[in-house]
Amino acid sequence: MAQAKTISLRRGAFKIKTWSAGSGRPLLYLHGIDGLNGWPSWLDGFTGAWRVVAPQQPGFGSSTGLDHLESFLDLSLFYLDLIEALGMERPAIIGHGLGGNIAAELAAINPHAVDKLVLVAPTGLWNDEDPGVDVFAITEPEMTKIAWHDPEGAVKRGLVKIPKTDNQKRAAILDRAKALSTAGKFLWPIPDKGLDRRAYRITAPTLLVWGASDKIVPPSYAPLFRKLIAGSKVVRIPRAGHSPMLEQPGRFVAAVKEFLT
Amino acid sequence: MKFHWFHLMPYQELPKDFSEKYHSVWVDVPSHLFDPVAGHRFYNEYLDELEFAAESGFDGICVNEHHQNAYGMMPSPNIMAASLARTTSKAAIVVLGNSIALYNPPIRVAEEFGMLDVISGGRLVAGFPVGSSMDVNYCYGATPATLREKYREAHDLIIRAWTEPEPFAFNGKYTQLRYVNLWPRPIQKPHPPIWVPGGGSIETWSWVGERDYQYSYLSYSGYKRGEDVMKGYWDAIDHLGVDNNPYRGGFLQLVAVADTDAQAEKLYSPHIDYFYDKCLHIAPGFADAPGYRTVATIKAGLQSQFGSQARSLRAGLKWKDYIDGGFVVAGSPATVREQLKDVIERLHVGHLMLLLHFGDLPRDKTLHNTDLFAREVMPHLKGMWSEWDDKWFPQSLGEQEVQQPAAAGTSR
Repeated sequence: MAQAKTISLRRGAFKIKTWSAGSGRPLLYLHGIDGLNGWPSWLDGFTGAWRVVAPQQPGFGSSTGLDHLESFLDLSLFYLDLIEALGMERPAIIGHGLGGNIAAELAAINPHAVDKLVLVAPTGLWNDEDPGVDVFAITEPEMTKIAWHDPEGAVKRGLVKIPKTDNQKRAAILDRAKALSTAGKFLWPIPDKGLDRRAYRITAPTLLVWGASDKIVPPSYAPLFRKLIAGSKVVRIPRAGHSPMLEQPGRFVAAVKEFLT
Repeated sequence: MKFHWFHLMPYQELPKDFSEKYHSVWVDVPSHLFDPVAGHRFYNEYLDELEFAAESGFDGICVNEHHQNAYGMMPSPNIMAASLARTTSKAAIVVLGNSIALYNPPIRVAEEFGMLDVISGGRLVAGFPVGSSMDVNYCYGATPATLREKYREAHDLIIRAWTEPEPFAFNGKYTQLRYVNLWPRPIQKPHPPIWVPGGGSIETWSWVGERDYQYSYLSYSGYKRGEDVMKGYWDAIDHLGVDNNPYRGGFLQLVAVADTDAQAEKLYSPHIDYFYDKCLHIAPGFADAPGYRTVATIKAGLQSQFGSQARSLRAGLKWKDYIDGGFVVAGSPATVREQLKDVIERLHVGHLMLLLHFGDLPRDKTLHNTDLFAREVMPHLKGMWSEWDDKWFPQSLGEQEVQQPAAAGTSR
């Protein structure tokens, strides 16, 4: 069972919800624009050999402190503080989308703080030829259609939570607005904020994981990242969209474990 | 009671199948649909219409700012206002307004509004909208999460620039200027009246009230739906403990006047359809960028008038539905008088902005609508709210002092 805990940083300026489980080497998971509302079951695959911590980022759900964060530099320093507060020494980091973007920035700013880096369809670069769907300009139903390799399957498997009661609907609208607004604070209107100038500093061994059917950050970004981060490797997950760890958890966990071990 | 003639300046030649074939009238409407030669005609006709409205006795003539928008061809309303400042001499020039968070640095607005106020002899109303999500977030790339903070900082800078007599330094989060020193300062003291067109955030209500500004709801959905927003505003005013002077409030209403009710339908119905079917064909994904509306506003259940909900509400509506639903106030002068009296009382507003041009309404019908309104409707309602002072209307120079344009090469 994962343990839920709220961590307070900088005299309460940040109150961060975290879920953690397992024991062993430190592993941090940084979620993407969907947010995180509990322990994701695919992380169970790591708890045998790792102490895994999954924080909910400021501005998502009930985690606070977004007002103190204006840029990727602020975010990186915040996560370095959080890593220290969690007592994690040189953790491996898995980051998804925006979370991958933050992990890459953090590893460029302080290369010694990270053991290994797993970037899952990270944002942070821009390609005029293949920009990807603008997630800030589509409705919730359109999002469901483009986020998955198999949208119907994703709904059937419960990967897309469909609110039923009016209260659930209101809460879902609010949650989505908060999550995307927070992501937009760092990614609007184009996610290129200069990572390509800094990425050369990343020394951590890096794995780039992409769902082959990702329409949000298309697989064409994988070679761009590989070129920027020395020694990085790319793993493509077939039959997966922007969230391969949810749509193909078996293949995803196996590939990442092999890299981290 | 004050009446203002409002122009959106729509592009009139959108293809017949526009709403089926194109994604949105705003943001990504392809510019190859715009014929500049047709645009030349429209701009000049539209300025004529605003000038005609001023001559017909409207208290103010209104222009506003939209970008990448086929129903509003005014990325810079100040250019239109500059022209009108020269060709009119009495009507207030209501620029509703400049999206102040978009100007870099925002003193550009202080300067241009300063120029307009000085050229027009103190007839400017300075509108400070946050701006629609389409304009500010999608077309001009402003980050939704910080938009309102940036707006408020821009506001503080502009007000200081207008009111401080000596140069000062401004160390803002979004704008840093070592030397702020405004030339030309506006004629009106301490500055032109500030109107805030809103609808996207409930915090705006008390912000406006605390600063003694005027709040206007520019609604295309008519007075029945406008009631919720205006009630929210008046409740906030009440809560602040300031008087509920109706001139603190304004409302935009589509109006179509003809000799008879039947005539109104015949004259205006196709153009109302053009307005609602084509001009408001806005992709729901662009209606409301995440973070544009505040959490408190979403919690309060206030809907965007451009969102999916508003769109499905309007789907398939025809003339009669628009009239019954209050979207459009239309009919004979008597019908319109009676309904507008009700609108003004219900919403408790001292400033009514009239959309007497809508969609692809041609010039002759626009002038007819304007003329009938000015002669047969306006005089009957002018006396409303006479017990209140309007502190939100421009204090222009007296008639003796206002300069009139002279033909080139002549002197007076």
